[in-house]
Amino acid sequence: MMAALLRRTGQTVLVLFGVSVLVFGVFFATPGADPTARIAGRNAAPQVMEKVRHEYGFDRPLPVQYAIMMKKLFITRDLASYTNRGQAVVPEIMRAAPVTASLVCGAAVLWVTVSIFMGTLAAAMKDTWVDRGLMMLGLVGISIPVFWLGQVANLVTQSRYHDTWLFSWVPGLGYVPFAQDPLGWFRALVIPWVVLAVMFIGIYSRVLRHDLVALAGEDFMRTARAKGLSPMRVLLRHGLRTSMVTFVSLFGLDFAQLAGGGALLTEVVFGLPGVGRLTYRALTMLDLPVIMATVMYSAIFVVLANAVVDVVYLFLDPRVRDAR
Amino acid sequence: MVALGVLALMALASLLAPLYAHDVAHTDPFASNVAGTIMLDGREVDIMQPNDNPLHLGLSPIGPTWRAAYLLGADSQGRDVAARLLYGGRNSLLIAAGAAVLCLLLAGVAGIAAGFLGGVVDTLLSRLMDIMWAVPVYLFAISLSIVMVSQSVRLGPFVLHADSLLIPVFIIALVYVPYAARPIRGRVLALRQAEFVTAARGLGVPVWRIMLRDILPNLATTLVMLGPLVMALALLAESALSFLSLGVQAPQASWGTIIQDGEGLIYTRPMVAIAPGLAIVIVVLALNILGDGLRDALDVRDSGRRAS
Amino acid sequence: MPADPPLLAVRDLCVSFPARGRMVPIVEHVSLDLHAGEIVGLVGESGSGKSVTAMALMGLIDSPGVRVTGSALFRGRELVGMPQRQLRRLRGRDIAMIFQDPMTAFTPVYTIGWQIDEQIRAHEKLSRHAARARTVKLLADMGVPDPAHMAQRYPHQLSGGLRQRAMIAMALSCSPALLIADEPTTALDVTVQAQILELLRRLRGTHGASILLITHDMGVVAQTCARTLVLYSGRMAETGPTEAVFDRPGHPYTAALLDAIPPLYGPRPDRLPAIDGIPPQPADRPAGCAFAPRCGHAHETCLPAPPPPVPIGPGQQAACVLPAEGTPLPPRGPMTECTA
Repeated sequence: MMAALLRRTGQTVLVLFGVSVLVFGVFFATPGADPTARIAGRNAAPQVMEKVRHEYGFDRPLPVQYAIMMKKLFITRDLASYTNRGQAVVPEIMRAAPVTASLVCGAAVLWVTVSIFMGTLAAAMKDTWVDRGLMMLGLVGISIPVFWLGQVANLVTQSRYHDTWLFSWVPGLGYVPFAQDPLGWFRALVIPWVVLAVMFIGIYSRVLRHDLVALAGEDFMRTARAKGLSPMRVLLRHGLRTSMVTFVSLFGLDFAQLAGGGALLTEVVFGLPGVGRLTYRALTMLDLPVIMATVMYSAIFVVLANAVVDVVYLFLDPRVRDAR
Repeated sequence: MVALGVLALMALASLLAPLYAHDVAHTDPFASNVAGTIMLDGREVDIMQPNDNPLHLGLSPIGPTWRAAYLLGADSQGRDVAARLLYGGRNSLLIAAGAAVLCLLLAGVAGIAAGFLGGVVDTLLSRLMDIMWAVPVYLFAISLSIVMVSQSVRLGPFVLHADSLLIPVFIIALVYVPYAARPIRGRVLALRQAEFVTAARGLGVPVWRIMLRDILPNLATTLVMLGPLVMALALLAESALSFLSLGVQAPQASWGTIIQDGEGLIYTRPMVAIAPGLAIVIVVLALNILGDGLRDALDVRDSGRRAS
Repeated sequence: MPADPPLLAVRDLCVSFPARGRMVPIVEHVSLDLHAGEIVGLVGESGSGKSVTAMALMGLIDSPGVRVTGSALFRGRELVGMPQRQLRRLRGRDIAMIFQDPMTAFTPVYTIGWQIDEQIRAHEKLSRHAARARTVKLLADMGVPDPAHMAQRYPHQLSGGLRQRAMIAMALSCSPALLIADEPTTALDVTVQAQILELLRRLRGTHGASILLITHDMGVVAQTCARTLVLYSGRMAETGPTEAVFDRPGHPYTAALLDAIPPLYGPRPDRLPAIDGIPPQPADRPAGCAFAPRCGHAHETCLPAPPPPVPIGPGQQAACVLPAEGTPLPPRGPMTECTA
């Protein structure tokens, strides 16, 4: 077990390195473009260009540039935005992170509970209209672009039906820090949570149902029934518990991707000042250092989360525990 | 089957847009028409209408007329939304289909190489996929887009202009390669163990020939199955990129850009954003149903196991 | 043979599944008696309907549209058509089942002990602690070394033999009156097979369980079963005391099966006689005797309808026209010791 953990750590470090090289490469080593101009911003003065070139070492070989960039990101943390009057990027990300975390955690709670319920119900009522209806609903959920759903939700809750009893509690777009007003925090986030969760509810309930139905043909499910257990217990304690292994690995990936900035579109539509919207703002200003920093931050987050998922896996599936 | 029909209808309607849209709309869907007027009930009506607020401040584009011209109303530049929807759909569908084909091509090559050659190649490619997969898909696409859209890219003799439709095709295809390569690699690994491949190797058939003659035809089902699913993802990704102004560039339209045009009008003229969104939902849903059906039809593992 | 009413009396059990718009009979008119303390063998090739028979008795077939008819009296209670709620109380407590592949028959994410405890606590009000104590004792009875420790292990950590012992321990945990063992030794090594069979034989004495042993292995039957029922293509071919069936088979199929066992003593033939052809698919069984297409004795009286079972000896019946026509198969001589 110890050796397995060590090996996993080694792999993680390797992937982290790879990711940082990839992101660096995408931004600063694409052929036929001068990164200096990109960092300095559009129509920058020649002195600024010169300063940038020197600061980032663009007159030196690529590995040196990479090293400088990593140092600015992680050690001195003074990577700064040029288009936005030298605002430091790293603290900005740290400020935005709680917003993203609030959004993604709430949505995750929602999508996990709802999809477990939907998937299990569909599997239990396999081949009935309930099953077909739920699965079609899931498919629709997967097919809706999240930013559009967000707009429609805004239209309904902010404008068209805002004055009815149903949605009069919905506050205007924006974020309320939890520490400042827990109830306000909740009310500001409910609609974004639902909108963000819709697609994942679709994916997860379908995956779970597929898994459970496939498991129903397994020998151990037959054993469980032959033991005289109730159908409910067979489905939940034996089927669902075994399915959780796939479920958790899927969840780890998606959660990390979202927390790392994948919720960008939702944040933009609902005006939530999270990491995603930070990226978006930088995007509209072509502010490369900020974009690169957020992408790097999210990739690192994903890699680390994957490592955590693998460890959780060890606890969930005894087979994996011994296999290494 | 219904899904296939809907899909074909949408594709046909959009792809043929250049042939008939002009006769229906009578305006250029790409040119601003703020000062224009149309005939409604025999009266000449301005396309940009005064707002309903008490002071009649500002102008809003006309809402849905439910007639051939400006069927779904106009956007903030007075352009016919319905006509733009058709042209936009053409771009959206072409980009999604192109990206899906390119993605499967790349993933197929990577998956076959990794699965069949194994060893160092497999380790390298798999690690590379892991690394690409670690960057959230949309962020990855955004990063690539911002670099490529901000200026033309020169790849050897090829120059991709910043407004070329090939850029989103290329980007979307690239970011979904890990998604498609994984199942392909798995399938190749399984095929490599299959007896007919072992037999071919035993007979001394060269590797490239085994790949072409034995592996590829058997991969066809996997590729066919993945096709609609990847295209559905690609369509969603395209609309997201275009929504962020990083995909299709003005004056070209796509469903994503129209939604973006509609964002500012969402409370006054919601149809501008709702219509393209619905179009996306319908097409993606049809693709997903198609992919599901194909999987059920082609996947032998899933079909009935029965006790003896 | 005991005179009191049998523990399990099956009469005319039929199971059919819907396929392509019509009902395909998988099991047809199976009847058998099982008395307390008896081991009865249910023999047949794969696809002959042995497992379906067992699953039907347990009420475990849940494919949509399946139809089970006939009667199966267990201690005087009708199992066919019994509501699932009542069946559930019976399952695991009065009738328990052992499955073929111990590899896949345990849920992989729980320990062996947890799964046995679960069955005990599903049927009896016992504390966690008391249930575990019984589990450990059962495992010890089944010859599992270091049972307390083994109970805390996961299924994949145990060898096939140990897993099958744990499976039997689980089946016996509520002292069932009837144990249905579906190919309990097929997935095991030959040496382990012998141990498990020995264990099953002993159970009769130690736990008082009757066993319905399902197998395709005539050798296993010869070693363990008092009586034998031979199934062919979902229909009964022959039934009777094992010794009689082995000595004087009344059905050509039984005889052919016995011929396919290598003799333990005397000169070995160069080639074992095999039965030509394959059993018919359930959907296209012939109108007459299902074995007729492969039978060396087939003639026109076999073809119009399946021959009914006719008595050919004390407690022995064969579904064949030969004994009634006065041309029974010749006896094979006394049964020799056969091993698998």
